[in-house]
Amino acid sequence: MNTRALRRIGLVAGVATTSALVLAGCAGGNNGGAATADPNEKVTLTVATFNDFGYSDALFAEYTKEHPNVTIVHNKAATSNDARANYFQKLGKTGLADIEAIEVDWLPEVMKYSDLLAPVPTDLTSRWLDWKTKAATDPKGNLIGYGTDIGPEGVCYRSDLFAAAGLPTDRESVAKLLTGDWKTYFDTGAKYTAATGKAFFDSAGGTYQGMINQVEAAYENPSDGKITIDPQVETIYNQVLGAAKTQSAHLSQWSDDWMAGLSNGSFATMLCPGWMLGVISGNAKDVKGWDIANVFPGGGGNWGGSYLTVPANGKNVAAAQQLADWLTSPDTQLKAFEAAGTFPSQVDAMKSDTLLSSTNEFFNNAPVGQILTDRANAVTVSPFKGQFYFQINDAMQKALTRVEEGTQDAATSWAQWQTEVAAIK
Amino acid sequence: MTTATSRPAKRIGFGSRLNSWDLKLSPYLYISPFFILFLVVGLFPIGYTAVISFMDWDLVRNSGTFVGFDQYATVINDPKFWAALRNTFSIFLLSSVPQLIAAVFIAALLDQNIRAKTFWRMGVLVPYVMAPVAVALIFSNMFGDQYGIINTWLNSIGIPPVMWHSDTFASHIAIATMVNFRWTGYNTLILLAAMQAIPRDYYEAATVDGAGKVRQFFAITMPSLRPTLIFVIITSTIGGLQIFDEPRMYDQTGTGGANNQWLTISLWLYDLGWGQWNLGRAAALAWILFLIILVIGVINLFITRNLVRDEGSRNTLTRAQMRAASRAARAAVAADRTAASGPRRTNKASEVTR
Repeated sequence: MNTRALRRIGLVAGVATTSALVLAGCAGGNNGGAATADPNEKVTLTVATFNDFGYSDALFAEYTKEHPNVTIVHNKAATSNDARANYFQKLGKTGLADIEAIEVDWLPEVMKYSDLLAPVPTDLTSRWLDWKTKAATDPKGNLIGYGTDIGPEGVCYRSDLFAAAGLPTDRESVAKLLTGDWKTYFDTGAKYTAATGKAFFDSAGGTYQGMINQVEAAYENPSDGKITIDPQVETIYNQVLGAAKTQSAHLSQWSDDWMAGLSNGSFATMLCPGWMLGVISGNAKDVKGWDIANVFPGGGGNWGGSYLTVPANGKNVAAAQQLADWLTSPDTQLKAFEAAGTFPSQVDAMKSDTLLSSTNEFFNNAPVGQILTDRANAVTVSPFKGQFYFQINDAMQKALTRVEEGTQDAATSWAQWQTEVAAIK
Repeated sequence: MTTATSRPAKRIGFGSRLNSWDLKLSPYLYISPFFILFLVVGLFPIGYTAVISFMDWDLVRNSGTFVGFDQYATVINDPKFWAALRNTFSIFLLSSVPQLIAAVFIAALLDQNIRAKTFWRMGVLVPYVMAPVAVALIFSNMFGDQYGIINTWLNSIGIPPVMWHSDTFASHIAIATMVNFRWTGYNTLILLAAMQAIPRDYYEAATVDGAGKVRQFFAITMPSLRPTLIFVIITSTIGGLQIFDEPRMYDQTGTGGANNQWLTISLWLYDLGWGQWNLGRAAALAWILFLIILVIGVINLFITRNLVRDEGSRNTLTRAQMRAASRAARAAVAADRTAASGPRRTNKASEVTR
């Protein structure tokens, strides 16, 4: 009796597992081709974003007023990490929104699956800055992301601390002081440190990030995607750690100590993308003295930014493309900038008065619109980031942190990083 | 009449066959929902994980290439694995041991005749009710390397600051503190419930015999707590080996420190699976973790058995002795039965012994 009953249970289990497999097997979708949207057909479009893209309900209402057949549902994930997990679990299957926002940090992973996304119509590609579209174009030449915002970097500095060190304080003179390569930046840091005994920048990791983003192909070969470490990486590593010994506050970015450091003056400068301004003013409310200089060592730099993508197997691909087109148009993106400070990636938006005349009270009324526009135009390099980029770069950040916190010396840490990179496959 | 002797064997009708099926199968039918559910949400994923662990799996395309034991080999050869194993056990010991000792003593205090009993008993459970993430946020503020509360205190009394995020052992202590904060109260309540079940007569008798409070605690309370202690030890072992929330929230990146100082196995598992989308390798690691817990579980089982045997049944017979006794009883009954048609009562008694 026992065995018979067990056999029966086994049968039930078999049925259950087979059906689960079948269900999983059915999940793969077919690729819908792009077509023009029927203006009369009633559609509901879902838009999934994270953090704050500056897309308000009022903004969507503008669109639905022009397109009465469209209803828009906006889902906002709390963090980019939540959005990333959701994106990759559902991409190529079902359940993604008609328009999904992605962040440049996980763009290399998305590029692996560019065939699952509807390409941006070619007549739109000239809308964005060159390096913005280049990063989201796959080897076949399809652009898969509608660029939203970017993070052009300037240098944020504490004018009060600069004054105490006998350095110039107004942003034009600081820009002149820091114009040049990274050596100029670190030499100024040496002067500051010698005068005050305090740290010049926040962390080796953050500074390294600014430097490595100016290297064309840091970790991988763009032609075959294999791991090839550019010799510049070691030079940069040694340069930043050499300076960090005395000039870094050793505060790893986003840590509680770093947040405290923004207000207590433990460092005087920081590489500063547009969206960082809000982070600084939010964490250092009572501090007078933060300012931003229209300069970036070694040319231009970009940190962060996002795209909108349209999954190719969605139900309303054509209508979704139309909406994504509108959402990333210069006009709409300017409204988003006003609402949430997301700096636009569209060439035309950067010519607009709204943007160019915008100032930031916290940063001593700096003309941030003009400064960041100049910074965006200064970006010349679009670094290649393949599928291993973030693993390798993450290991590098840890290698820098090991030296900064004193667990290892620079040579040991570099050797350990090399072993780790060799194991990545 | 001849019919009586040559009558064919009686055929069992459908009704009575149904009856016998009912009798035999119904119990299994009644318990089947649990097992079916377990098969679907428990066994199937475990098996599927095993399949994926032999593959280089692509989550998005839902396909993979078979790579044999490659993923297992990669995991075992990765220095991160050994660091994670070390950290997991270190944090587990640093949290479970002090936690259980503290829980026993707090429970003993609450078991005394104190004022506002319910208030204190609820009080110890408050940390458990708090969300782990909230706890981690508060503690990460305390354990900041440069501007944390604890280092500020240490500074003010002239002790050099502790590098909570770069020193391996210090980070383990900090994480174990969070775990202890959360789980001590929970274990206290379980142990307290067990203590209240100990008959008060024992204590009265001991008092009459002149035993002090301490002697009573070690001679009466502790031995009576053993079965409960074993339960508490096993649950905290499983929880300890799977520790995730606290190390994950310990810094802002949640990947276990620059030099893997507080990388635990489940933290690495998460990073492999949901950080790098390397589900094949994550599945291999999951199976390795499963085997580790199984081994620890078996060790626990042996310890448990030994602990329970010399306490539980209050008779000092071993299993072999008990079996011998029941054999003897059965033999006696059988002898009884052959001697005469013994009264039914003896039969029943023999069944009970068996």
